[in-house]
Amino acid sequence: MIALIDYGAGNLTSVRKALAAVSAEVFTPSSAAELAPAAGVIVPGVGNFDATRAIDNEWRTAILRGVDRGVPLFGICLGMQYLFEGSDEAPGVPGLGLLRGHCELLPSTVKVPHVGWNALTITRPSTLLDSAEPAVASAFRRKDEPQVYFTHSYAAPVTADCVATSEHGARFAAAVERGNVFGVQFHPEKSSDAGLRILRAFVTRCSRND
Amino acid sequence: MLSKRLIACLDVRDGAVVKGVRFEGLTGAGDPASLARRYNAEGIDELVILDVTATIERRRALADTVRAVAAELFIPLTVGGGIRAEEDAEAALDAGADKVALNSAALADPALVTRLASRYGSQAVVVAIDAKRNGDRFDVYARSGQAQTPREAVEWAVEAAERGAGEILLTSIDRDGTRSGFDCGLTSAVSSAVSIPVIASGGAGTFEHFHEVFTDGRADAALAASVFHFSEHAVAELKAFLSERGVPMRLPPKGGSHGDRK
Repeated sequence: MIALIDYGAGNLTSVRKALAAVSAEVFTPSSAAELAPAAGVIVPGVGNFDATRAIDNEWRTAILRGVDRGVPLFGICLGMQYLFEGSDEAPGVPGLGLLRGHCELLPSTVKVPHVGWNALTITRPSTLLDSAEPAVASAFRRKDEPQVYFTHSYAAPVTADCVATSEHGARFAAAVERGNVFGVQFHPEKSSDAGLRILRAFVTRCSRND
Repeated sequence: MLSKRLIACLDVRDGAVVKGVRFEGLTGAGDPASLARRYNAEGIDELVILDVTATIERRRALADTVRAVAAELFIPLTVGGGIRAEEDAEAALDAGADKVALNSAALADPALVTRLASRYGSQAVVVAIDAKRNGDRFDVYARSGQAQTPREAVEWAVEAAERGAGEILLTSIDRDGTRSGFDCGLTSAVSSAVSIPVIASGGAGTFEHFHEVFTDGRADAALAASVFHFSEHAVAELKAFLSERGVPMRLPPKGGSHGDRK
């Protein structure tokens, strides 16, 4: 069973629907203690980084303990930003700090928020993306990059943990992976077939821990 | 590079897709779920379900229709029509919509935009503006184009963005249903004034009209209904047409239509 954490940042109907479509068994824990048996943890979320405040110390500890035990953790959109140390959007609110770096506002030279379908430039092999678009992942071609759906104003920096970038005014981390910690800035649940493949890759990765 | 979006609009009344000419004279065009399925397979970027009579008849958007369309689609889905209060938005989002479009309700109670943005995030809040040319200005209309308001479209778009709207869905009443082309002047004026994406609507008739609105009109997305409804491969052909002319598009993969691959 995969734990989908509902901390009130947006409506989770679409995420649930997409996870069901890839045959994932999902539950929404009502307390941090319920996280313990999860084979995987998903932190979704949209909106302001400040919303992650709702994930209190008890939840943070439970999430981090799971990561230490090898349980796969997947952050989606705001949930991916939460994997980092923090964000300029809510300077006083710490992220999980599992990944080094700080999220910043996208440049004002382009329309912000960044809304719509954009190309993923895959920068290295990864668990999440290799199955998303096998031909692209293996060939690293510049053209025919998979397109996924974004909607965000802040973005994470391109670091060694980055497995795919995208560009809107500047290059930013579109997907990250470090050990059993995974994240995507885009919405796989809204990214049609490419998105479902990514969700399926995470679910498959979790089944190794079941 | 961010792709320009093509959005198919399903104007729905009593669970069936209809398409009006200047908001009147409705003719049937199909079942929402099967149309949505077809569009998704063709590679449409987004869907909008508009309950065209909802505000007039004081009904909420049909949750069953939303649920049926959302059941098998994994692209963004917006619901408009009859979103008057937070409960209406909640019902639409719980039924599977990703965004709600507010029109008359936002005009009557602009604070509703902020309340919904705080609760669901700006990405879930689209403010729909129906505008009509009046000399140099663009008058805003409420209630499906029936009631003129004192507002001006560019100013209202700026205010809506400040209040937390994530996107503007801008419809030209003059062009809606005429197939004579988008109002690029209107679209460009609004798009230049706000930082949030602007979806152009009203007047699509030819592929060239889309090219115009993405270039001259500075639109981030274009919405149409009948152009897509009545032709089998319109979406894929239109995307190829625009891509050849340098408009960034999300294209179907080579060697098969988009929805075929699992």
